[in-house]
Amino acid sequence: MMQAHEEPEPMNDKPASAPNALRRFLDGDVWHSFCNSPVAMLAALIAFVCIFCALFADLVAPHNPFDLASLELMDSRLPPSWMEGGSRNYLLGTDDQGRDLLSALMYGARISLFVGLASVLLSMLIGVSLGLLAGFVGGKVDAFIMRICDVMLSFPSILVALLIDGVGRAIFPNAHDSLAFMVLILAISLTGWVQYARTVRGSTMVERNKEYVQAARVIGVSKGRIMARHVLPNVLGPVLVLATIQVAAAIITEATLSFLGVGVPPTSPSLGTLIRVGNDFLFSGEWWITIWPGTMLVLIALSVNLLGDWLRDALNPRLR
Amino acid sequence: MTTSLLEVRNLRVEFPTRHGNLLALDDISFEIAPGEILGVVGESGAGKSLTGAAIIGLLDPPGRIAAGEILLEGRRIDNLPYEQMRLIRGRQIGAIFQDPLTSLNPLYTVGRQLIETITTHLPLNQTQARKRAIELLEQTGIPAAAARIDQFPHQFSGGMRQRVVIALALAGNPKLIVADEPTTALDVSIQAQIIALLKSICKEQGAAVMLITHDMGVIAETCDRVAVLYAGRVAEIGPVHSVIHRPAHPYTVGLMGAIPALDQEVERLLQIDGAMPRLNSIPSGCAFNPRCSQAFDRCRSERPELTSAGGTTAACWLHANQPGQEP
Amino acid sequence: MSEILVEVKDLAKVFDVSAPWLNRVVERKSRQFVHAVDGISFTIERGKTLALVGESGCGKSTVARLLVGLYEPTRGTVSFEGADIAQTLKAGASQTLRRRMQMIFQDPYASLNPRWKVLDIVAEPLREHGLFPDPLQLKARVDELLRSVGMSAVDCDKFPHQFSGGQRQRISIARALATEPEFLVCDEPTSALDVSVQAQVLNIMKDLQRARGLTYLFISHNLAVVRHVADQVGVMYLGRLVELADKAELFTNPRHPYTRMLLDAIPDIHMSGRARTPVQGEVPNPLEPPGGCSFHPRCPQALPRCTTERPQMREFKGVRVACHAIEPQAIEQ
Repeated sequence: MMQAHEEPEPMNDKPASAPNALRRFLDGDVWHSFCNSPVAMLAALIAFVCIFCALFADLVAPHNPFDLASLELMDSRLPPSWMEGGSRNYLLGTDDQGRDLLSALMYGARISLFVGLASVLLSMLIGVSLGLLAGFVGGKVDAFIMRICDVMLSFPSILVALLIDGVGRAIFPNAHDSLAFMVLILAISLTGWVQYARTVRGSTMVERNKEYVQAARVIGVSKGRIMARHVLPNVLGPVLVLATIQVAAAIITEATLSFLGVGVPPTSPSLGTLIRVGNDFLFSGEWWITIWPGTMLVLIALSVNLLGDWLRDALNPRLR
Repeated sequence: MTTSLLEVRNLRVEFPTRHGNLLALDDISFEIAPGEILGVVGESGAGKSLTGAAIIGLLDPPGRIAAGEILLEGRRIDNLPYEQMRLIRGRQIGAIFQDPLTSLNPLYTVGRQLIETITTHLPLNQTQARKRAIELLEQTGIPAAAARIDQFPHQFSGGMRQRVVIALALAGNPKLIVADEPTTALDVSIQAQIIALLKSICKEQGAAVMLITHDMGVIAETCDRVAVLYAGRVAEIGPVHSVIHRPAHPYTVGLMGAIPALDQEVERLLQIDGAMPRLNSIPSGCAFNPRCSQAFDRCRSERPELTSAGGTTAACWLHANQPGQEP
Repeated sequence: MSEILVEVKDLAKVFDVSAPWLNRVVERKSRQFVHAVDGISFTIERGKTLALVGESGCGKSTVARLLVGLYEPTRGTVSFEGADIAQTLKAGASQTLRRRMQMIFQDPYASLNPRWKVLDIVAEPLREHGLFPDPLQLKARVDELLRSVGMSAVDCDKFPHQFSGGQRQRISIARALATEPEFLVCDEPTSALDVSVQAQVLNIMKDLQRARGLTYLFISHNLAVVRHVADQVGVMYLGRLVELADKAELFTNPRHPYTRMLLDAIPDIHMSGRARTPVQGEVPNPLEPPGGCSFHPRCPQALPRCTTERPQMREFKGVRVACHAIEPQAIEQ
């Protein structure tokens, strides 16, 4: 007769000792679904290439477009290298100042990604905290936070960003660049946090009634600790998906603001700035100055969005 | 051989997953005679709901019938195309599921759902169908049926809803009803009412019932015969009285001993150590052998067939050597 | 050992389930309340088990949560060793009380945090109360707890989803016992488990009670299980206690018509051919309970008095019953 303890079998044929986190991830359904989805893998590849170029622009870019000394006005407005008049030196052509577009793309992508990621992180911080608070505490706090969400959602996000940006500039008229960045990041994140708050609030309300939370209360754990240590890990799943998709939205918002001239400072052009600059030359036939930054923006946004879509389906237990 | 209404022969149901083929039902065979109530009992994971789903033809993909046959009145129904099976479902086989809340469409009145089922399967016009629907509701004990027929499911209580579901199942005059845990979600007092109703109305209409449940008490009250499932196989099958009072298979013995009884008191309940094996790690030989106190070598290597063992038929090597082995 | 450990006096809990204020104003609805628990009194002796049975909506789960302080009573008191727990919990001396009473829940799948390892789950009460600050001693204590419920030390590093329902319930029991409590509230601990697993868990609970002198409040809807574990049984209906008696007395000689009905309704596995009275009706909507005795619409012995006057709990030969129809006879059956 077996002793009362029974050795439960893990789903794969690994020995009974608990596998470490990496092992678990590689064996899990998420990784498997990734390997089986050509779209996800392609999107991941494109995103990886873009991010790599952006991160290591210093090493990868053939020229430094912001080094004024290295610019040659003679080389301005050159078409891409495969067209007539183009030069091998400047693969994708140059803009009106002689800056190599390929390099400008990489540096610009770096700025765009930085602003995008930073604003998403800030949004997440604000949104998840408020959502947790609203869902867990309930009552008047919940009602108050949700009304703020409703108000924020009734404003178009660009207008909110413009407003905050404008106010920031008015308060600090001679601000140096890093302050301008911070205002921009703040503006974008204040338009995006509502999504996180609502999602997290819904999940928190579900988890709050589960018995493991009640068990923690019976043990005497404080509400704050329950929120942080018990509920938070269980509501982060949808937040991850949302964040991935929001990165694309944030980058596009930043590009829009920069296109309108109220985004990043002109000394650190992002993709949006490049598009704006190039727009002026579109009708004189020098299409490449605006099209390449535009294409890069679309590629980044699209690949990140596709990854987010895949992640949402992979994490959805019902679709597995 | 008596003509059986439903015959299941060597049924195998598989779930192909990326970890391999999971065999959920392994060589299940049993019969139901016309008008008989067969109980299918087992613990979670034994495969009893899957058996019901396979018979009705509602196996969730990727699950599929890998082998075996299901015959209704001598004709195979497991390999029918969707359209033909749809006609059988409701007309020949009725179904009752566990949760009355989700079995009824909340957006349609009860009458509309009943009439739709009736007109699909029987050659009646709308007026006749409505009359029959009211009759059915009255038969299942719903008071003021003529008025309540136009109400929505949420206006009925849990027990009443389950009565409506029974009425729906019987609407097409089926010969077989598959009831999957019909009383589990209900209170004890309502449970008793529904069991009594099921029994009486099926005897009245001459319908056979396959009652799937984990509750042995319900089986004792309602069924004529009972099949005990373990890890996707039939462990024991026989008349209800014999299986409960003189079980032959050690699992059934353990199961009976583990159930606390109302009329006697024991200091410690009989406990079968361990748990039912998961689908991907079913032991070789007899699936119950690691937990069986009477297992010997043959049990670990060879899977036993169903053989006669006293008043019942059990798949156990302990009884295989009895004289008169053939089932 | 007839020291009273837990005493409940006239306990009541009312939930406000009214529609939001705006809806109420616009639709002219009145406020709605559910009297989930409506004036309950009982005592539990140290080392014994009191079982509360009833069907859905009777309020037994609410009583369980009131007893561990998850809800605050609207009225009445819960006393642990003579001290009102509501006061103790508010006054900030809650930690000592929380160590001495714990709870086991019904759903083995929701009562363990799916993202935590078993070690952290079982160690949480120990960490929260600052017992065993040394990690090695903590691990040793967790191992000991797991062994005491029939699991093993290697289970510490695993996650709940790797275990079956019965094993998870055992982990819950191990967690509940971590701080060596004296009083355990068990809210339908075996209702979600298979019969054979239920037998294992019930045996473990009985063994632990004997070994450590635990006191249990056992909530269940299954009278057969209750018969197996309880010393005293209380029957609840729509928030009120209708009968409270020693187990043997309740099962051999049920007084209240509802108790009789419940016992009759249970499917008879051994088919001893009891005569059964047919059961009528269903549990009414808790938002609109019947006046007087809430059971009167279904009661075969209802008197006119039952529709208007709520029966009080009266004691007859050690059995407490709340029923008008029974009072006149002195139950000399």
